[in-house]
Amino acid sequence: MPEFLGPVAGFGVTFKAMFKKRLTEQYPEYKKPTAPRFHGRHQLNRHPDGLEKCVGCELCAWACPADAIYVEGADNTDEERYSPGERYGRVYQINYARCILCGLCIEACPTRALTMTNEYELADRTRESLIFTKEQLLAGLEEGMVESPHSIFPGMDEGDYYRGLVTEAAPGTVRQVAVSKGEKPDETVENADESAAVQEDAEITAPGGSAPAGTGAEA
Amino acid sequence: MGIEEKLPSGFLLTTVETAAGWVRKASVFPATFGLACCAIEMMTTGAGRYDMARFGMEVFRGSPRQADLMIVAGRVSQKMAPVLRQVYDQMPNPKWVISMGVCASSGGMFNNYAIVQGVDHIVPVDIYLPGCPPRPEMLLDAILKLHEKIQGGKLGVNREEAAREAEEAARKALPTIEMKGLLR
Repeated sequence: MPEFLGPVAGFGVTFKAMFKKRLTEQYPEYKKPTAPRFHGRHQLNRHPDGLEKCVGCELCAWACPADAIYVEGADNTDEERYSPGERYGRVYQINYARCILCGLCIEACPTRALTMTNEYELADRTRESLIFTKEQLLAGLEEGMVESPHSIFPGMDEGDYYRGLVTEAAPGTVRQVAVSKGEKPDETVENADESAAVQEDAEITAPGGSAPAGTGAEA
Repeated sequence: MGIEEKLPSGFLLTTVETAAGWVRKASVFPATFGLACCAIEMMTTGAGRYDMARFGMEVFRGSPRQADLMIVAGRVSQKMAPVLRQVYDQMPNPKWVISMGVCASSGGMFNNYAIVQGVDHIVPVDIYLPGCPPRPEMLLDAILKLHEKIQGGKLGVNREEAAREAEEAARKALPTIEMKGLLR
């Protein structure tokens, strides 16, 4: 090649690059799926009938190297049941300003209540909004699930839940009154309209006062 | 800063703010301020595969005087804190800060005497970006969220009013150093 064509040869590289496959990812328009086991935002799972898997044991908080998890357990009662066993996680917070998404909490969790999703768009404007509470972390309701708190599947105990014997909520299961969260028993008449029988039951028991109206899973 | 301060009060319209916000968000130049492993992801975001230049952020400026965005990428040690503040002070207004990664946002897993527990102790942070380190998509997401914030920026008297409100809110807010629990 003659020497005066040297600078032009440089443009040849540019010209060839025009026909190469483009490497750039078009991020906001096209979001390339992450690896299936990517460590993203956490999720608190539910049993197939909608009860929570978290038992409030705080093992995740103990395992966390960054002290990002805060758990407060509380006792279940028959009137207000969040998980099949004895205890449930009343307060569950993960501070994403500390969490390094290492997954040690997932390994520590004895009931597979805590897992990780592939969601990664977590940036926000304040530190407060980076603390995710239980309401934000809980998995959504799927087919056959009833929002917790509600009564345990009739005839089943905690072990049966882990053996996979409960596959969906028992027919007629209704949400109980979350008295510990400050809900009033009166509101349940709206929630109890899933079946007419339960509704009637609620109306009969409501004037009696003491028993919360929505507990009639056996009805 | 410019013409907007010489104009009579109430002259500027929201359309001007929208136009200025659009222009500003379309050419945010970041300062080179990588401190730790997050800087590797920041470099990746600037390189060909993720290509920050698609959002008008052509190059990382070596001098803070040519930059208007500081991406604090990585843990800030107590010794680095005054340096970081000086770099921030040298940047011309308007300027923004992204706290990239958990160490910059809150100290992360380094809850000890050597690391500043969040750069918001030193500089005002606009966007907190968690992750250890955040993948380039997460940084792009933070940048896009910052663009939204820049787009909503105010000018002239509106700007003064917004600054006054922000100062009022900051006076009432609990100082970061006194925060307890998970906010610590």
